[in-house]
Amino acid sequence: MNVDLNELTGRAGEWMKGAGPQSDIVISSRIRLARNIAEFPFIRRCTAADRAAIDKAVRDRLAEVPQLTDLAYLRVDELSDVDRHFLAERQLISRELVEAEGARSVAIDQNERLSLMINEEDHLRIQVMKSGFDLVAAWDQINEVDDLLETKLTYAFHEKLGYLTACPTNVGTGMRVSVMLHLPALVITQQIEKVFRSLQKINLAVRGLYGEGSQAMGDFYQISNQITLGRSEIELRNQVHDVVPMIIDYERRARDFLLKQNQQDLHDKISRAYGILRTAQTISSEETMHLLSSVRMGVNLGLIDDLVIADINKLFVDTQPAHLQKLRGGPLDTAGRNSERALYLRRYLSQKEKDGADQN
Amino acid sequence: MKCQQCEKPATFHITELTGAEPQEIHLCEGCAQKYLMQTPGTGMPGKASLAGMLAQQLKVADTAKELEKLDEKCCPICGISFYEFRNQGRLGCPHDYVFFASELEPLIVNIHGDLVHKGKHPLTHKRSTESQTKLIQLRREMNEAIRLEQYERASELRDTIRNLEESEDQPGDEHSV
Ligand SMILES: [Zn+2]
Ligand SMILES: [Zn+2]
Repeated sequence: MNVDLNELTGRAGEWMKGAGPQSDIVISSRIRLARNIAEFPFIRRCTAADRAAIDKAVRDRLAEVPQLTDLAYLRVDELSDVDRHFLAERQLISRELVEAEGARSVAIDQNERLSLMINEEDHLRIQVMKSGFDLVAAWDQINEVDDLLETKLTYAFHEKLGYLTACPTNVGTGMRVSVMLHLPALVITQQIEKVFRSLQKINLAVRGLYGEGSQAMGDFYQISNQITLGRSEIELRNQVHDVVPMIIDYERRARDFLLKQNQQDLHDKISRAYGILRTAQTISSEETMHLLSSVRMGVNLGLIDDLVIADINKLFVDTQPAHLQKLRGGPLDTAGRNSERALYLRRYLSQKEKDGADQN
Repeated sequence: MKCQQCEKPATFHITELTGAEPQEIHLCEGCAQKYLMQTPGTGMPGKASLAGMLAQQLKVADTAKELEKLDEKCCPICGISFYEFRNQGRLGCPHDYVFFASELEPLIVNIHGDLVHKGKHPLTHKRSTESQTKLIQLRREMNEAIRLEQYERASELRDTIRNLEESEDQPGDEHSV
């Protein structure tokens, strides 16, 4: 099947939908499996011919799996730079695949839930993404795809160490489970550090993203398993799965607390953020993320009613550099992107405001 | 402030919370996005920590001379030296897990706290580690023969590869790569 990247531009990918369980706080649930084909060296020691042979072999075998025939294939090395970054912004491929060399591909399903990267750090990286908190469904799907591929491909597997990967940090299950959380109230109430410390104790990795001057940027945090060996896939999945509801609960309580204690300040902060997004003439992606984070919480708390979560998620994606350039239909430098981004936000948000007014 | 990975100005300030102490990392937008897409514990500053972990482990066990000798040890299948692995944090082929086992095992225990896989196993293609290695080697020799235009030798090797694959695959399945 062919895929038109310009058509994807207008669509919302799976994780942007703002649907699924607990999607007010959980952006997305993602599971990834790393696999290598037994008869080839790992990527770093592959010749150009090896890479091409792996790419072809995997694609040929995938085509033999009836359940996977509606995947769209893209030769990443044949795409333009903007298109490669565009796929990365939608989280369909990794930055590593954007910048790798030689033959490499991605296979994507229609709703952007499943993507198979060929010749990334490992020969094959299978990824399943769900919107909201849905690790059980993500595991069921990825396990099924892995089983289907395994009937066609011989994976590098060691009796004792399990699936062999280019980096020893992935050996064993090759599995990485990640949940992306939006935790603005825990940041405002300064309880976030406490949560992190407790997660580290149980071998989970937490990543926060900060802006200039250590100011929380977007208030997004990714939680994932650190170890991949010595536990079954289900145990690894459950480790992340069991801890997320507790964090959701903390965040909800922090939001309630803020509403009770300080509704006016909170409303002010959110309204100002919304105001800047609606009126700015030029805006960086960093500031956009920061402001959208406040607006997102405002929508969740019912303080902003023109927008739904899917709008905010879409704006997060569409205001990134490659998306802006695809939407604009041409290359833009940083200054050009900053004004294009502001224009896009003004148009989108004033349209939503108008739609809201028409309904009333 | 400059990006820790390149010359561009650092605009992203990431707090890595995986270690014992929170670690501040300063990166430009490009490097930051790359960093965030990577597996925790690997990649860029994380990769350095894998190398650091190894260095520490080796310092305890080996003298400088032994380390130098170890660094020169090369996998006979893919040719990667231990030094290259130490530097890049990436292995060259599946056989490295066997060939460098005594060096890798302490590292793996350090990372995962375990040495035994408890997850799923391939159902259809059960091939031993030795025959996987043999196949990589044969394929490499075959490519070399083709490069040197020794086509007779190449076709012999192709037959050997095919026989080995068929002898290990389940009956009726001719689709192993
Ligand atoms: Zn940089
Ligand atoms: Zn090797």
